[in-house]
Amino acid sequence: MLNEKTVILDADGIRRALTRIAHEIIEKNKGVNNVALIGIRRRGVPLAERLAKKIAEIEGRYVPIGILDITLYRDDLTTITHQPVIHKTEIAFAVNNKVIVLVDDVLFTGRTIRAALDAIIDLGRPEAIQLAVLADRGHRELPIRADYVGKNVPTSKKEIVSVYLTELDKKDKVVIEVDTA
Amino acid sequence: MGLSRKDLLGIQELSVEEIQLILDTAEPMRDIIRRQIKKVPTLRGKALINLFYEPSTRTRTSFELAGKYMSADTINISTSTSSAVKGETLKDTAKTLEVMGADIVIIRHGAAGAPHILSKHLSASVINAGDGFHEHPTQALLDMYTIRERKGQISGLKVAIVGDILHSRVARSNIWGLTKMGAEVCVIGPSTLLPPGIAELGVTPFTSLEEGLPGADVIIVLRVQLERQQKGLFPTIREYARLFGVTAERVGMAKPDVLIMHPGPMNRGVEIAPEVADSVHSVINEQVTNGVAVRMALLYLLAGGGGPHEAIG
Repeated sequence: MLNEKTVILDADGIRRALTRIAHEIIEKNKGVNNVALIGIRRRGVPLAERLAKKIAEIEGRYVPIGILDITLYRDDLTTITHQPVIHKTEIAFAVNNKVIVLVDDVLFTGRTIRAALDAIIDLGRPEAIQLAVLADRGHRELPIRADYVGKNVPTSKKEIVSVYLTELDKKDKVVIEVDTA
Repeated sequence: MGLSRKDLLGIQELSVEEIQLILDTAEPMRDIIRRQIKKVPTLRGKALINLFYEPSTRTRTSFELAGKYMSADTINISTSTSSAVKGETLKDTAKTLEVMGADIVIIRHGAAGAPHILSKHLSASVINAGDGFHEHPTQALLDMYTIRERKGQISGLKVAIVGDILHSRVARSNIWGLTKMGAEVCVIGPSTLLPPGIAELGVTPFTSLEEGLPGADVIIVLRVQLERQQKGLFPTIREYARLFGVTAERVGMAKPDVLIMHPGPMNRGVEIAPEVADSVHSVINEQVTNGVAVRMALLYLLAGGGGPHEAIG
């Protein structure tokens, strides 16, 4: 059983955080001419779509969006019992010389991002790769940091940070949960 | 969800869900083959051995490339260069490979059941790459993948398998697979090359193309092994080509969007007319590409799993 402990962001909070991140992406890259977003499956995908929409509202221009499945690049495939199902990576644009903004829901150990970096570099040579996350909960195991953070959330390692998005979960919410099983 | 088995010995023992999982997993693999950098690190540190007691170019190369694209170390052993010529038994050869650290042994053997014997003696995964006249499961999987990709689904399609059904492991694996997936399968060939009791597998036998081809969505043309003619199973190659060769005219009896498939290597002008092999209906080259993708999927599904589950964040 997962018991909800604290609500970190509600629907309005998520909306405001994404609006700010969209502005930051535009500011940092001086426009979005060369920018493309890549969402990490699963919850990075709707977040990337929302960011693209917000950027379009501000700049009048849709940036390309891709979807990345990092399963094949995981470093724990030989040790996990439940074999993850592989989904398609859908990146219809060339990553060469683009500024790629990776989008994910929660930044934790950094291992997903390590896998995503390898996966993207196998597709080409971007000019730069940046990282946008909705929540950064700490406990990094690798030297990785985010360029854009919706909310920094101090957590204990036992806690679980769950992101719910309407596209997949019928509600918008970021919560800290505790496994009471 | 994964494959909850160590080995892939045949299509007969697979469930519909398992077949679907393999085909679904092959889709993202197919994208990797299309990329400029055809390499993912998934099977880094795994050793894969191709143990082939019968000649093969495409199946062996396909497995080798599949392993290499997934970053496994692949080694090929063919009997002519192995200790089998010194009289070593199959079991001892395989055991030797295992204690050297092989994680997956892919075997092709002239005797039906050889992979099954190996699977009992090895803790490594065993993949059947063709055993006697019994099964060739990865060929059937790549055929089903190709049909599903082109037609959207397999269920409800009419599939005609043409040629030497009696000696064909490709036919047997496809019959089990396609009927499981809900296709209507018929087999067409001279009566000497149709095994007695074939109808018990749920297929309709015909002894002429004119009876079997009308309404077909897919025609799988089998290779005629020319040595069968010496055994008197059909009078001459020319007569076989005249009666059972798949010509453009005969393809016209099937549905207008029929797919023509062939496991290779082809005898052009015997079981298949050159203009049919090169026609818009032909997906013979796609089958080869898809074969690599399906084998990558299988290697992933068989080689993963182990300790406690941990999410990465």
